[in-house]
Amino acid sequence: MSTKDVMPQFALFQPTDIENALDLLEKYGERGWKVAGGQDSYDWFKDRAKRPEAVIDLGGIAELSGIRETAEGVEIGAMTTLTEIVENTIISGSYGVLAQAASRVASPQIRNAGTLGGNLNQDARCWYYRSGLDCYRAGGNTCYADTPEGMNREHCLFGASRCVAVTPSDTAAAIVALDAEMVIHGPAGERIVPAQEFFIGPAVNITRMTVVEPSELLVAVRIPSKWAGANFYFEKVADRNTWDFPLVNVASSMIVKDGIVEDIRIVCSGVECVPKRIEGAEQIAIGSAPDAETADLAGGTASRGATPLNYNHFKIPLMENLVKRAIRGEA
Amino acid sequence: MANDTQQVLTAHTGQPAVFEEARDPVTRRAFIKSVIATGAVASTGGLMLTGLSGCSDDATPAAGSVERLVTLNINGKSRPVDVLPNESLAMTLRYKLGLTGTKLACDRGECGACTVLIDDVTHNSCSTLTHSVRGREVTTVEGLEQPDGALHPVQQAMIDELGPQCGFCTPGQVMSGVALLKNNPSPTREEVREGMAGNLCRCGAYDHYLNSIMRAARVS
Ligand SMILES: Cc1cc2nc3c(=O)[nH]c(=O)nc-3n(C[C@H](O)[C@H](O)[C@H](O)COP(=O)(O)OP(=O)(O)OC[C@H]3O[C@@H](n4cnc5c(N)ncnc54)[C@H](O)[C@@H]3O)c2cc1C
Ligand code: SF4
Ligand code: FES
Ligand code: FES
Repeated sequence: MSTKDVMPQFALFQPTDIENALDLLEKYGERGWKVAGGQDSYDWFKDRAKRPEAVIDLGGIAELSGIRETAEGVEIGAMTTLTEIVENTIISGSYGVLAQAASRVASPQIRNAGTLGGNLNQDARCWYYRSGLDCYRAGGNTCYADTPEGMNREHCLFGASRCVAVTPSDTAAAIVALDAEMVIHGPAGERIVPAQEFFIGPAVNITRMTVVEPSELLVAVRIPSKWAGANFYFEKVADRNTWDFPLVNVASSMIVKDGIVEDIRIVCSGVECVPKRIEGAEQIAIGSAPDAETADLAGGTASRGATPLNYNHFKIPLMENLVKRAIRGEA
Repeated sequence: MANDTQQVLTAHTGQPAVFEEARDPVTRRAFIKSVIATGAVASTGGLMLTGLSGCSDDATPAAGSVERLVTLNINGKSRPVDVLPNESLAMTLRYKLGLTGTKLACDRGECGACTVLIDDVTHNSCSTLTHSVRGREVTTVEGLEQPDGALHPVQQAMIDELGPQCGFCTPGQVMSGVALLKNNPSPTREEVREGMAGNLCRCGAYDHYLNSIMRAARVS
């Protein structure tokens, strides 16, 4: 399907403030499309799988960019690029799990253009869907991946509901592991959504990956100082080190006091349509030493409840091992 | 696809764009920076676009409509050009400005052959809207040579180390190397590996490219 032609026609708007952007989003509704770095969007347009009438380029809105320290922690504008996150000393110094996750996204060029908001709101990478097939997620009546012949090596272990696609976002797992809050602006003003509730599965809405409505904008991500300087772990397993999406990744934040895990978040992308918190393993780790024994005990429960598809059984030991390493370190 | 091809054959003119120059932070609602245009759909690359260049018709322009003509800063020169709202920078560079050093391979952000610098940072020009680089400095491989014809140290090192094999990915590799050394003039080999990771080479000349960048770092 890789053709070299221009994208189909659309009207292009380049507002310079949030208010103008919201007006345009409200005006165009489902026929409008927000573009941040465009690294997900342009492929959809080129493939003719999505054909918005109006594209609202957020690149000119200065107030959406940048990383600020606040009394409660740190606030990252949605238009901040992944490279800026990797290079920012507040993030790498105090919330390193996010810098590590961002550094493992795609390629240097894509990180230079791709934004945090775009990475968190990116659409599913199921190739049946991306190639324009009329599956459930595209508003149709079938799932091509969840069939005996379906190529579903990359698909989900948990939370299937007609659609078996996973969240492809590396930063999503880190954002949830940091208990971030998502600041969303829309026609009704501002609303703040906890990161864990920001991502939605097919049972909630099969056509969207997050709670952001077409008329709304993710404005910023707030990370509370609770986890500043915690013990972080991020690891991503992908077919290649560049470009490839996580088969499974793990992001964790752990606070250890006197050799005992006081609090911990362990989150995996690539196993469900939303970043999956591994609460069972967290509960086992809390109150124990972060050693090999705890790791084996907790990691062994990580895949409880998994319902693998034909070709993705390998994800079960993979996620268990990643959770173990998140608790005890790589050694 | 059949549909698009049809459109190309029957409708090869676009409606002129609504477009206002330069981003200005004090601009208010009434001055939403906008490009409203109906670009024609070209299905088979360059020639069609060249044919479109400068086209306009007398369809009713949308309110506030102005010229689709923009001026871009490419390799230190001001280049006026007629740009569709839905046009990628790679298309503009190659098919409207004749800068064919920038290669177009996957057109999907997956190879880095189209790498250019925008304000000294690498971007895949296939995945950049041309209208988003107004007011920014674009550097392509053609812009690296000194006025006296001397090659950029990265280009020279590629020759000295026999970096390329077939050469198709080379302009992109050069641009990533140039950006890397601007940021980090004496990188480790591992840092170069990471910095060049977004440039695919079908010939697998990666090690030669690494040698080239390490040499350029030593001599510059
Ligand atoms: C070859 C390739 C490899 C990749 N590999 C990886 C990988 O390994 N890991 C990974 O995580 N990602 C990967 N990606 C995805 C890439 O990282 C994302 O596409 C990119 O980060 C998206 O950011 P963007 O700003 O370019 O998004 P855009 O394309 O501009 O936007 C993406 C989506 O988010 C919406 N959106 C953007 N900003 C906002 C906002 N502020 N509020 C609400 N909605 C918004 C858009 O409407 C759109 O639907 C890869 C992409 C490519 C092309
Ligand atoms: S997994 Fe989801 S996106 Fe993929 S074919 Fe099935 S319904 Fe469509
Ligand atoms: S042509 Fe742009 S990344 Fe391949
Ligand atoms: S030298 Fe042939 S593709 Fe790189």
